[in-house]
Amino acid sequence: MQSLELRERLIKATLFAATMVSVVAALSIFALLLYFSLPLFSIEGLRTVISWEWRPFSGHFGIMPMMVGSLLLSTGALLIACPAGIGICAFISVLAPGRFARPVSAIVHYMTSIPTVIYGFVSIFLLVPLIRDWLDKGTGLSLLTATITLSLLILPTIVLVYSAYIREKDKELKLTGAALGFSKSQYFLFILFPLTKKGLIIASILGFGRAVGDTLISLMLAGNTPLVPQSIFDSIRTLTSHIALVIATDSQSTFYHSVFAAGLLLFILMTAINIIIRKIGNSSQ
Amino acid sequence: MTLKTRLQIPLSLIVLSFILLISGPAWAISLDDFDQYQGTIEIAGGTAHIPVMNEAAQRIMTRNSGIRISVAGGGTGIGVQKAGEGLVDIGNTGRALSQEEINRFGLKSFPFAIDGVAPVIHPSNPVSGLSAEQIRAVFSGEITNWKEVGGRDARINLYGREEASGTHDVFWKRLLDRGDIALTANIVQSNGAMKVAVSNDANSIGYMSIGHIDDSIKPLEVDGVLPSQETAIDGSYSVVRLLYMNTKGDPSTLVKAFIDYIYSDDGAEIIRAAGYIPTK
Repeated sequence: MQSLELRERLIKATLFAATMVSVVAALSIFALLLYFSLPLFSIEGLRTVISWEWRPFSGHFGIMPMMVGSLLLSTGALLIACPAGIGICAFISVLAPGRFARPVSAIVHYMTSIPTVIYGFVSIFLLVPLIRDWLDKGTGLSLLTATITLSLLILPTIVLVYSAYIREKDKELKLTGAALGFSKSQYFLFILFPLTKKGLIIASILGFGRAVGDTLISLMLAGNTPLVPQSIFDSIRTLTSHIALVIATDSQSTFYHSVFAAGLLLFILMTAINIIIRKIGNSSQ
Repeated sequence: MTLKTRLQIPLSLIVLSFILLISGPAWAISLDDFDQYQGTIEIAGGTAHIPVMNEAAQRIMTRNSGIRISVAGGGTGIGVQKAGEGLVDIGNTGRALSQEEINRFGLKSFPFAIDGVAPVIHPSNPVSGLSAEQIRAVFSGEITNWKEVGGRDARINLYGREEASGTHDVFWKRLLDRGDIALTANIVQSNGAMKVAVSNDANSIGYMSIGHIDDSIKPLEVDGVLPSQETAIDGSYSVVRLLYMNTKGDPSTLVKAFIDYIYSDDGAEIIRAAGYIPTK
């Protein structure tokens, strides 16, 4: 009996330690980013970083276009992946009979294991020429190309999280739905979907997080122009690919520090989005 | 210990060092010399260097399986950073180190090859050459259609590199005369990525290391001079730079042997085969 209690305490302590390690890690990342971007803030002033022009050799270190790029790209990817995800979830958990649902579900599971670089690589040879030559718009390296590819990347995240949530609710509500005489699609649309909103929001947060954090797809497909796009066929640069591009070429100059500012901005952005969406999630309960 | 043996030790040391001295300059090293070594060498940094590093590494590892050499890219900035932090043995850069970088990390530079940077276009593009002035106008965004420089009626798609890239540095200074590059240019992250981008876009123009040029892209004549190894050697093509290996402080014996091998006759042959000009 006593050993059981001891074990329980041990587990508790271990979990607490793990939690503390994660919290400390997150805080130290924040502190490090803050520390490394300090020189820029003191020498150049905040205004040079929070501005709209990136021309490092003329003293313009504006990372706002990259901020806009990141937001546009991730929001766009979410706008494609979310409805698609809802559809797939409805299909595999309610609408389709088991033998159709299973292969679809297996494919979605498989998609999680495809490395990002493969998506980027295949899109360069498939999607980029398609948009450039068939649609005859720009170079093909564009917001649109990256958005489509990125939505594929975050789709399985959304589907897996959301369908787990649906499965739980479905167990509770299945009989009620049947008793009310709803068809399968009515049941999903009017009962299951409204009652699983919170699950969808959580799935979207995770999907959005993946989208904002992704580097390779935007680096390979978005064209990396440090400008605010005028159309979806224009090239954009995200905060993450900006960091990747600058550290690939530079290591010490002033604008190297702006990379840490970009990291800091990314960090704050993600925290803010998390808090906001979680607030929405709680209130809609 | 007798007087004789006591004298023998320093004497033999002197003789030994004399032999080492007259055995020629340090870079007269061949593959056989690697038989005495074992260990690993990690290399990262500039992407223009990769063909040379890979070939040398392959030859050394085929000769002696006790040596592991890993070659990664990442770019000039990564080369400085990783070598400076001691994460790799050799950090490659496509430009000379800045004073800031030398002061901070105590890096030693070994220039080993001269590389030209050429404007490149898609092989299907009928344009074969431009004047330096036209190239400046194209990259600054003044000329936006291939028609204006004797090509077909199609928009010019610009591809460039990030500002602190070694390849960008020499192209910008030597050919563009520090002129602006249109902000609308797509930015790619390496010489390899530039090759993929330009070879896939019929209306593209970009710039890259001569060593990375193959049949999938076409170098553009500049003022009538075709950028190549030959024209870079005879000085008629002037958009050239040095490629450097950098180590933190003095290299270890194995790393030194590798650097010497790059400086050897074998190394010169590898460098030439990769499309560059050896410095020695």
